[in-house]
Amino acid sequence: MVFLKFFERRQLVIQIFLCNFEAQNTIMLNNTQLLKEYDVVIIGAGATGAGTARDCAMRGLRTLLVERFDFTAGATGRNHGLLHSGARYAVTDRESATECIEENMILRRIARHCVEPTGGLFVTLPEDDLGYQSTFIDACRAAGIDARAIDPAEALRMEPSVNPAITGAVTVPDGAVDPFRLTTANVVDAKLHGADVLTYHCVEELIKEGDRVRGVRLRRQGSQELFDIRSRLVINAGGIWGHGIAAMAGININMFPAKGALLIFGHRVNNVVINRCRKPADADILVPGDTISLIGTTSSRVPYDAVDRMDVTQEEVDILLREGMKIAPALAYTRILRAYSGVRPLIASDDDPSGRSISRGIVCFDHAARDSVEGMITISGGKLMTYRLMAEQAADMACRKLGVEAACRTAELPLPGSEEEPKPEKKRFRKSHIIELSTNQLAAKGRHGTLSGDIDFSRDSDDALVCECERVTAAETDYAINRLEVNNLVNLRRRTRLGMGTCQGSICACRASAMLARSFGNDVALADLASFINERWKGMRPVGWGQTLVEANFSAWIYQGVCGLAPGKTDTSAL
Amino acid sequence: MEYQVQNISRDNFEQCIKCTVCTVYCPLLSVNPDYPGPKQAGPDGERYRLKNPAFYDSALKYCLNCKRCEVACPSGVRIGDIIQRARIRYDRSPVKLRDRMLANTDFMGTVAGALAPVTNFMLRRRIVKQGLQAVLGIDSHRTFPAYSATTFAQQFKSLADAQKGYPRQAVYFHGCYVNYNYPALGLDLVRVLNAAGIGVRLIKGERCCGVAKIANRLTDSARADARHNIKAMQAALGADADAPVLFTGSSCAFTMRDEYPHLLEVDNSAVRSNMMLASAWLAREVERGAVKLVFKPEYTRRVTYHTSCHIQKLGWAIYSIRLLKLIPGITFVPVESQCCGIAGTYGFKKENYATSQAIGAELFDKLRRIAPDVVACDCETCKWQIEMSTGIKVENPISILAEALDFEATAAANR
Repeated sequence: MVFLKFFERRQLVIQIFLCNFEAQNTIMLNNTQLLKEYDVVIIGAGATGAGTARDCAMRGLRTLLVERFDFTAGATGRNHGLLHSGARYAVTDRESATECIEENMILRRIARHCVEPTGGLFVTLPEDDLGYQSTFIDACRAAGIDARAIDPAEALRMEPSVNPAITGAVTVPDGAVDPFRLTTANVVDAKLHGADVLTYHCVEELIKEGDRVRGVRLRRQGSQELFDIRSRLVINAGGIWGHGIAAMAGININMFPAKGALLIFGHRVNNVVINRCRKPADADILVPGDTISLIGTTSSRVPYDAVDRMDVTQEEVDILLREGMKIAPALAYTRILRAYSGVRPLIASDDDPSGRSISRGIVCFDHAARDSVEGMITISGGKLMTYRLMAEQAADMACRKLGVEAACRTAELPLPGSEEEPKPEKKRFRKSHIIELSTNQLAAKGRHGTLSGDIDFSRDSDDALVCECERVTAAETDYAINRLEVNNLVNLRRRTRLGMGTCQGSICACRASAMLARSFGNDVALADLASFINERWKGMRPVGWGQTLVEANFSAWIYQGVCGLAPGKTDTSAL
Repeated sequence: MEYQVQNISRDNFEQCIKCTVCTVYCPLLSVNPDYPGPKQAGPDGERYRLKNPAFYDSALKYCLNCKRCEVACPSGVRIGDIIQRARIRYDRSPVKLRDRMLANTDFMGTVAGALAPVTNFMLRRRIVKQGLQAVLGIDSHRTFPAYSATTFAQQFKSLADAQKGYPRQAVYFHGCYVNYNYPALGLDLVRVLNAAGIGVRLIKGERCCGVAKIANRLTDSARADARHNIKAMQAALGADADAPVLFTGSSCAFTMRDEYPHLLEVDNSAVRSNMMLASAWLAREVERGAVKLVFKPEYTRRVTYHTSCHIQKLGWAIYSIRLLKLIPGITFVPVESQCCGIAGTYGFKKENYATSQAIGAELFDKLRRIAPDVVACDCETCKWQIEMSTGIKVENPISILAEALDFEATAAANR
């Protein structure tokens, strides 16, 4: 045994040596040193792509993650942020339910700083059939989900915002997960394991040699120049856009673009996830996410060519409010910050017009077997909850195809930021060396977990707030700009929550823009600022009444009036 | 079904559009950078506290509860209430003995008043002051107002019977200061009202309005007092449901009108519209011709009016000023409305003394430059602060009125 271990270690040393040797064969690009050839190129930096990059890199594959815009720019950043217990699928889709509860338990362990274990309720309204409850509980238990019926009065004590008229309630281990943090942590870990990452690079073509995909032809956003990256394998993790990537290889994947709209409320209405105990339908989940609450979703099929310009319609807002206030009456009068929508990358299997009964199951295609195109894998379907399992399946397939034997460890090893913290030393003196974190530092810790230790709060000015609603300090902004692949305000928002609060960027955008200008220059920062403000307005417009409208006017007054930005002349296409 | 017709949230915190005007008007922020400011401490902080009470910032204890942020807010957010409510709800540290003593004005007044000559002598000794600072944390610069050997309520007894003879009636909430420290002000009001043909009734078993208890987080006790006061007030009004309930302290009036329903959740709707500051009420009575005042021809004074924070919040300073301007011998010099820094018991605390004086510094400077004979002010704690810090005499407008009034002529005019 000892000898065997020694042997393994030698192999590792050889591998490292080889890597080093090959590392000389590199090209430099925007301060990123790229290899000319990788084992895998992963297209798309949503949760699945980032997770796959992490998994591949941890297994020792030379990995490149390519993203057209920013991390989480697609469906990953446009969902509920619900840490599903799987209960929602228990009755209709046992397989997904089981996957969910298993991943749920794994994420609580490996992604502590991205997860909030709020618990969840499935409530029965007077208009719903209480008989469904027992079917539901049985299905949950069969899937391994700890579902328990409780007295409605007890449910009201647990979560006072719930409709007092409920006739039944079941507790399930739901929670909230922050998809931005989760994806960023996966990217950070992939990089720590040697992966390279390119954001704002578009795949223009797949390089093919006969029936074999041999790499990608990339173009940096805003530039015309093309360059090639060769790889032994390409993994398509492009979500709904994976359809188009597959098409470049002449492969048809029958995607089913199902749009889902959501509303963000100004503060936490609830502290426990509230679901409606019925067959999945519109607006039946209310999730507390960080400082806000989210109601969603709707589901409607959209044409494939419309997925790049999703707007929330008035009908969708009406449905969300009308149904949402049935489970939590306070939604009828709570300020709505914005509306947004995402497109589920489901793989169509029948002619279901709503898209709801399509399996949320994982689809992992080896196109060699399916379409006789070697060197390409597509990973799709699934959901945010099962991103890690999807990554595992894709990486398993990649290893098989590349002849690499390495086990998946992503379920055991915590993500950067979620490591166990050493227990605080026993206090020898009472009070004397308790270091109290400021509330701003506490907020940063909530967002970055143990990595918040890397944020430098040494200067007095570091604790100054850039974003006041979400308590993002100058120090955290600097940290994100320097360490978390930030090119613009939207990136910064996704890494820190800057601009996600009540004022939707009115106060913080110009401050953060000034900080970005130090790295990117005034002209770039100014154009970016204008497009950020437009992007904020896009989400406010469908709910533009009451204080949200006042807020938008205030914002316009600041940016048009005080800052002198011209309206309607900026390009938002890169968002 | 109607929905989203309006956005309602507790204390309107979601009405906040983050314009930050409140932060500009916060008297504390410019002298204490450790304080997060009203927007941060109030509506911004509330979102985080709703997420997790661990986000309660202990720096909220520095809030003066002056409510100038609420006056400044264009969106009607009850910022001060949000902050006070957060302190009450999330600050779990034990209330200090000193804070209990400062807040229990009834208890302290009764004890100190019983031994008035001794207490007054002792409280003025340097060694006692230093002892209070070392042991309790009451700043040694402060001098407690002298206690009266007999309370106002006791002194009023001899006048009570005569009150029924007047054609009109008013209920008077004298408050702790008039009762235990300065009965002269209460007596001035009774004389003025009597001359105007108005009889005065007190509230049976009146207790402290609770302003100090709220500021020191003794809310349960304050709530019990509040319930009692409202009930007793209704009893005192009796059949005269439209009679005014008058105050000579702006903080008492403000607390009972606004803090009872907002912070203590005590329903005062039955009497809320009756409550009025005595000076403000009198000014309006004179203006509508219901009361006539005749002044001594020889009375002349140079007077300025200091707007206490709570009268600023009530919006009644204008009436007090109009009352003063009725007095022909008064040369009125206006001064900008600014916080004097005392904020009730706040300035008495050792840790707040420097802050308290820094807040008031600009006002003191302006008052010294105006150099009036007397500063008129509807708040007693402002009076102590300004007198201590500038040496200029401060009087309630009612006392100034009493000094200027020709009582006999007034009584004749109102007969």
